[in-house]
Amino acid sequence: MIKLTNLKKSFGDLVVLDGINLDVKKGQVVAIIGPSGSGKSTLLRCLNLLETPDEGTIEIGDVRLDASKYSRKEAHHLRQQTAMVFQNYNLFKNKTALQNITESLLVTKKMTKQQANEIGMKLLKQVGLEQKADSYPVTLSGGQQQRIGIARALAVDPHAILLDEPTSALDPELVSGVLQVIKSIAIQETTMIIVTHEMAFAREVADHVIFMADGHIIEQGTPTELFDETKNERTKRFIQKEAAAEEA
Amino acid sequence: MNKIDWQYMVTVFPTLLQYLPITIFMAIVSMVFAIIIGVVFALITKNRIPVLYQFAKLYISFFRAVPTLVQLFLIYFGLPQLFPAMTSMDALTAVIIGLSIKNSAYLAEIFRAALNSVDEGQLEACLSVGMTRWQSYVRIIFPQAIRNAIPATGNTFIGLLKETSLAFTIGVAEMFAQGKMIASANYKYFETYLAVGIVYWVMTIIYSFLQDLFERKISKPYRN
Repeated sequence: MIKLTNLKKSFGDLVVLDGINLDVKKGQVVAIIGPSGSGKSTLLRCLNLLETPDEGTIEIGDVRLDASKYSRKEAHHLRQQTAMVFQNYNLFKNKTALQNITESLLVTKKMTKQQANEIGMKLLKQVGLEQKADSYPVTLSGGQQQRIGIARALAVDPHAILLDEPTSALDPELVSGVLQVIKSIAIQETTMIIVTHEMAFAREVADHVIFMADGHIIEQGTPTELFDETKNERTKRFIQKEAAAEEA
Repeated sequence: MNKIDWQYMVTVFPTLLQYLPITIFMAIVSMVFAIIIGVVFALITKNRIPVLYQFAKLYISFFRAVPTLVQLFLIYFGLPQLFPAMTSMDALTAVIIGLSIKNSAYLAEIFRAALNSVDEGQLEACLSVGMTRWQSYVRIIFPQAIRNAIPATGNTFIGLLKETSLAFTIGVAEMFAQGKMIASANYKYFETYLAVGIVYWVMTIIYSFLQDLFERKISKPYRN
């Protein structure tokens, strides 16, 4: 479903992704964990070409693209295969909550306003915010904004949803609401790739966990394999440190 | 001090107001062209499109620096010397070209800053849900940038409205030209020019009021 082959990306002299290979199956929930600067967000942003990879191939759904040479049209086509949830929400500031969700339906899927609003309201209900349909982002809390962000991504009905540290910018008391919403989507067999610092959440929601450091995938496997049975010193150290931080 | 003839001044207004349409026509047509050129140049400079970027920088630098009056003379008297076909250009056209070009240089800078003030994440969000760049700009980026650009654009328009009075120098019969004629016919300079000034003042007040309404309308999404 999603297949990355030898994906490379550097910022100047700094190698951020050093030949990443990755396979994600339909319906799988993949969590990417790792220290800051390990390249996990960059990896996610390469999947929809918000970052331009230097080389490698990206395959999502029925689109296959050579990262070293692609046209604007191919890039657009690849982006339509996924939708992204951002760390700082990035809701359209000039649109209401409902309009944020229906925008892609109206513009890219050319639905009628009525069709789009129907889907929009259904998704708002799903994230528990139907009473906020006509509110503008500036009036919503971070947690509410992020739930709208998730609904906006769902509206695209993409092959996969990419979540880039969806709870990192939230106040602690708002985190659980957003994680609840993500869990409820995971149950519905939506393919998701989540970059996260929430270890407990990754363990609970993911089918597959990837530990990245220094632009490499150090280890990957089921949550049990990574969190409980790892033999890798680096993985072990990272997980212990994060666990200690979460308890503190 | 001689007394001011207020009664005479009142009688000047109807004559002046006959020339109001030409003044407003010059201002609005020039503004429309200036906005179109300004947007194009703002996009060129923001995206640093090679060759065009250098051209845009040169254009902006030159036309912001040369006095409006010099530009008008350059276009109306200078260009026909190089291109004889342009001899038939009428004064009104020359004014509109001159004011459009000059103000587009200012607006390009205003629009570039307004576009830069829109968070990069907005474009990323558009692209991430499958919109094209063009759709992103039209639906999300421009509406937010416009709000940031309005105050400075309004100032530019008010400046432009007043600059139309320079048109008299190349022979356009607009409001100020008419004022000059009335004044020198009756030697009532103060009354006439004050009347001209008041008409510009009232126009600016009306414009400011409309801008205020518009600003309030499009600021709705950003108020808590």
